Amino acid sequence: MNGTSYEARAEPRKLLVDFLREDLGLTGTHSGCEHGICGVCTVLFNGEAVRSCIMLAVQAEGAEITTIEGLAKDGNFHPLQAAFHREHGLQCGFCTPGMLIAALDFLRINPAPSEEEVREAMSAVICRCTGYRNIVRAVIAAAEMMRAKP
Amino acid sequence: MGNHRHWGRGLKPAKFAYHAANSLAEALSLLTRYAGEARVLAGGQSLIPMMNFRIATPSAIIDLNRVPDLAYIRRDNGIVRIGAMTRQRKIEFSGVIAETLPLLRDAIKLVGHLPTRSRGTIGGSLAHADPAAELPMMLQVLEGEVVARGPAGERIIQAGEFFRSPLATALTSEEILIEVRFPVMPGNAGYAVEEFARRHGDFAICAVAAVLVREGERCVKARLATSGTGPVPLRLKAAEAVLEQKGLGNAAIREAAEAAARAVEPMSDQNGSAEFRRHLTRVLTGRALRRAAEGRAC
Amino acid sequence: MTGARHDRFVGQSILRREDRRLLTGQGQYVADLVFPRMLHAAFVRSPVAHGRIRAVDLSRAKTMPGVVIALSGAELRRLLPPVPDTQLSLPEKWCTTVPHKLHNPQQPLLATDKVRHVGEAIAIIVAESRYIAEDAAELVSVDFETLPAVVDAEEAVKPGGPIVHEQLRTNVIGEFAIAKGDVEAALARAPHKLKRRFYHHRYSGIPMECRGVVGVYDQRTDSVTIWSSTQVVHWLRREASAILDLPEGRVRVAAPDVGGGFGVKGHVYPDDLLIPFLARRIGRPVRWIEDRHEHLMCSTHSRDQTHELEIGFDNEGRILAIRDQLVADCGAWNPIGIGVVYNSAVHLTGPYKVDNLAVSARLVSTNKVPSAPYRGAGRPEANFAMERAIDLVAGTLALEAAEVRRRNMIPASAMPYAIGLPYRDGEPIVYDSGDFAAGLEKALAAVGGVEPFRRRQHAARANGRYLGLGISCYTEGTGVGPFEGALIRIEPNGKIHVAGGACAQGQGMETIFAQIVADAWAVNPEDVTITLADTAGISIGFGTLASRSTVTLSAAIHYASEKLRKKVMSISAQLLQRAVVDLELRDGGVAVVGAPERRVSLAQVARAARPGWDHGRPAGVDPGLEETHYFEPQTVTWTNATHAAIVEVDIETGRVKIEKYAIAHDCGVVVNPMLLEGQIVGGAAQGLGGILLEGYTYDAEGQLLTGSFMDYLLPTASDIPDMELIHLESPSPLNPLGVKGVGEGGAIAPPAAVANAISDALAPFKVEFNQTPITPERIVRAANQF
Repeated sequence: MNGTSYEARAEPRKLLVDFLREDLGLTGTHSGCEHGICGVCTVLFNGEAVRSCIMLAVQAEGAEITTIEGLAKDGNFHPLQAAFHREHGLQCGFCTPGMLIAALDFLRINPAPSEEEVREAMSAVICRCTGYRNIVRAVIAAAEMMRAKP
Repeated sequence: MGNHRHWGRGLKPAKFAYHAANSLAEALSLLTRYAGEARVLAGGQSLIPMMNFRIATPSAIIDLNRVPDLAYIRRDNGIVRIGAMTRQRKIEFSGVIAETLPLLRDAIKLVGHLPTRSRGTIGGSLAHADPAAELPMMLQVLEGEVVARGPAGERIIQAGEFFRSPLATALTSEEILIEVRFPVMPGNAGYAVEEFARRHGDFAICAVAAVLVREGERCVKARLATSGTGPVPLRLKAAEAVLEQKGLGNAAIREAAEAAARAVEPMSDQNGSAEFRRHLTRVLTGRALRRAAEGRAC
Repeated sequence: MTGARHDRFVGQSILRREDRRLLTGQGQYVADLVFPRMLHAAFVRSPVAHGRIRAVDLSRAKTMPGVVIALSGAELRRLLPPVPDTQLSLPEKWCTTVPHKLHNPQQPLLATDKVRHVGEAIAIIVAESRYIAEDAAELVSVDFETLPAVVDAEEAVKPGGPIVHEQLRTNVIGEFAIAKGDVEAALARAPHKLKRRFYHHRYSGIPMECRGVVGVYDQRTDSVTIWSSTQVVHWLRREASAILDLPEGRVRVAAPDVGGGFGVKGHVYPDDLLIPFLARRIGRPVRWIEDRHEHLMCSTHSRDQTHELEIGFDNEGRILAIRDQLVADCGAWNPIGIGVVYNSAVHLTGPYKVDNLAVSARLVSTNKVPSAPYRGAGRPEANFAMERAIDLVAGTLALEAAEVRRRNMIPASAMPYAIGLPYRDGEPIVYDSGDFAAGLEKALAAVGGVEPFRRRQHAARANGRYLGLGISCYTEGTGVGPFEGALIRIEPNGKIHVAGGACAQGQGMETIFAQIVADAWAVNPEDVTITLADTAGISIGFGTLASRSTVTLSAAIHYASEKLRKKVMSISAQLLQRAVVDLELRDGGVAVVGAPERRVSLAQVARAARPGWDHGRPAGVDPGLEETHYFEPQTVTWTNATHAAIVEVDIETGRVKIEKYAIAHDCGVVVNPMLLEGQIVGGAAQGLGGILLEGYTYDAEGQLLTGSFMDYLLPTASDIPDMELIHLESPSPLNPLGVKGVGEGGAIAPPAAVANAISDALAPFKVEFNQTPITPERIVRAANQF
């Protein structure tokens, strides 16, 4: 979990998102629908974005997971966090962890996306506050920062 | 899940026994042991939501994710063999697939979103057999086949026999789908997939996929399939025949589109009436054929 | 106070202080709160839309290991005091001015004798985990006598059908009528008339965070703390204190970070009261977090209005008279009373001069989820009817729709303009400021102008492509009373602490109010703490809804600051041995005008102000540096906007692509332009979702067909276009900062703008889109494609 090893027990039916939040106390990942559609619960699983509400905790055996708590380094914002802040890419913040992780995965695959590609990729997470305009701007700004300083 | 009538049940799964199978043999023997009361867990992108809603309440889950050698993409002369547990995301970015099955690569970008493709598998999608999914349509249009293994051994099931009814396939409750095979697309094939969905990534209200091989003005081979327009993904054979007989001019394409619209048996639901789906079949068949006929356009 | 505003921060796009915790996963939403020995609740909910509860058998649930308590409605009723009237009432002045009828059936905390909508709570299970509670809920069996359901408002008013609240003997639970001029005569004289039925369907806010409540009982002090994802902490405290039979001073209600509200969290729900009641009874913290399925079937819905509108006009397209009969389907209960529907009535004519108007309205009970305000709160429904009607008037006369709007708009020179109807606060509606016509022109210019568009449209049609231009204009009353409270205190370290009755759900209130206080006190925003959404911060407050918090809290802060400043100045005068008139606030202290090095810091003033020995206060000045003010606005202040949309419609598939979307918006003085734009775009995205994607649907038996995100479709980043925003600024004369409300506006106009655009695109087919939502199939059918 964000670079630290954990050992735990979980009931088979315990959802990964609940395990992260309750058993590990990492409440940064949120639960928005519990049926795998809204994307708010997105985390990195072995480096790839996944929806943690439709995975079982027991599937995390041996895995490397990154959540929003693992983005900043030594208190310094990741470029995505900095860009979301500057571009006002969040309002209530509830979808933001999912947005950041989905964006992180996407930019690793497509480091220089067009605006349309960003919109398509970010359609993986639903936001009810921003209307997406500033989220798209933030992802494009972050992509630029990340290309400049890989 | 669509119009399912939930009545206030929660969103946590019921209890089940969990088995992380270490081998295919183990998975199969567990399936037999549970006699229909167990479900196989592949990507989980369809199964776990159903379990969260308690629409699916299996006594046991047999997790295939630790079984070795079920995920691969191999070209074997003229056949592409894809392990059933191959993630959709791998297929999306595979150089082998881009070269041998470019239509599959195009279609897979329509399946959900990147985070669902990180976990979703090709075998899981085919075995789940949602009538509005894209991959079952691909199996049909690319004339693929699946390999199923059960207690009695292995058997091959052709695309045309695999899908029985919505969410039901030819697999028995003791079989596991282990491989998907596609013949390599002809190098000079034109192809296209057209989908109408309410939003990007949603299931198809209507989708049509086409592969065309032309020789001059003639169409020597036409393959058309559709999704979202009936209980199973359908090969549109009457439409194919029109093209193979009459070529790829505008009139032939219009006639083929009419034939496609007549062939489907769509249902009505919240996202569209049967008549609308039939109409979309006509429209999208025409569009897919025009694009495919132009060459390898996307 | 003259000359005291520095305006260094108000008007700047200061980045948000909320962001750090939210971006790093350190936000605290109600589901993140953990208390020792906390228990988890789940509800048993009705599977039928209408039925009598004959028996509830909890026996198997009660004995499941891990279950602590299981209660039915009947059992709960024996334990509870009488449930207070939780409905939001309108002021006396409105009640005596507008003839109306309003029934007020009170929803019990758990259904007892009857269930009235699918999803209504029948029993509650409290257990060691939510998983166990849901297992136990499955073991509960309920014996119903199923009754026929009524799911259509127009059916519900017909005699002989099912009655939702039988004691009322009617499903019409509210009605009113307003009128001005002489509609009958004006319609009779009108050279042209048209009459249409407009329907605005049922959809709602769907915040990404569902609701949730945690009740924590403190045995030592016999007090209860309630954490709720709510917009109205003080209102909840008032009701909870009655349910708990505790004085308000021993009930604290706070909302932590809230993941969106949009009105859906803007009233007190039964579970807000039941959960803390059980927490106290059990003696352990109890938490209930709504899941998404529950949210869709028991958090309030909205919209769902039918307007039968008749409009009389002359040959120039000037409106002579409007008669509107509206029916609102308010579902099984009515927590917000008549306010939303009354909003529809008085916002109907918007920016237009209409001298003869008659609106009659009925609220109707049906066996659906209760309705409550959702961003716009009755205005989108009225806007849809009016703006579609304008386009139809234009079509009848072969005039440009924009031109008909121009001819009817109240000019800026007419401000302040009394429209001749009372607002829901009882005060006569007076448009205080605004230039509606300028907004219209700017929005049209932003989409390239009408004439150039018509040329493009014509050329496109020749190529079989269908482009359309749609406009919608509205006015909105914002900053409604009754009041909001602000407490300002200067701390011993000189920092400024402000507590207010507003509640935030992502608007950036901590940031904007810090900007406002910083300017009022000549400090930096970092020197200001803003505490909101906590009854422990300020004892009387109203809460956030109806686009009111910027207006009302900024004014309360202003007046509290004025009072406190007097004190600060007299103490400083003593400390500096100068007259008050020679002093000014400067750089976190008070300084002599023209000699800034002669100063005292606010910390020094705070020390001097303290009670007891060796204080530094002049005679007659009371101790402490804290003031509270409740701003009671006389009435609302009026914003306006024009939305303009250019769409391309694929008539073969029904797909609508929004090519351009522009919003010319006036919300008075802008505190933070970046946050303002966020509110407008966010609201507009919800409006676009409403017209094209979202919707609650029921079958004939009252089963909710849209119980998951598979069925209730929310717009994603691919569905919402970029938008161009143009700002106009007509400062409000009704509050010290000149601000107006902005939270809701964006959601009002998109349905009409898009419906007008699609109708314009499909003009060759002579079709009208007078119902929402506009689905692909409806478009394809309208264009005779099959």
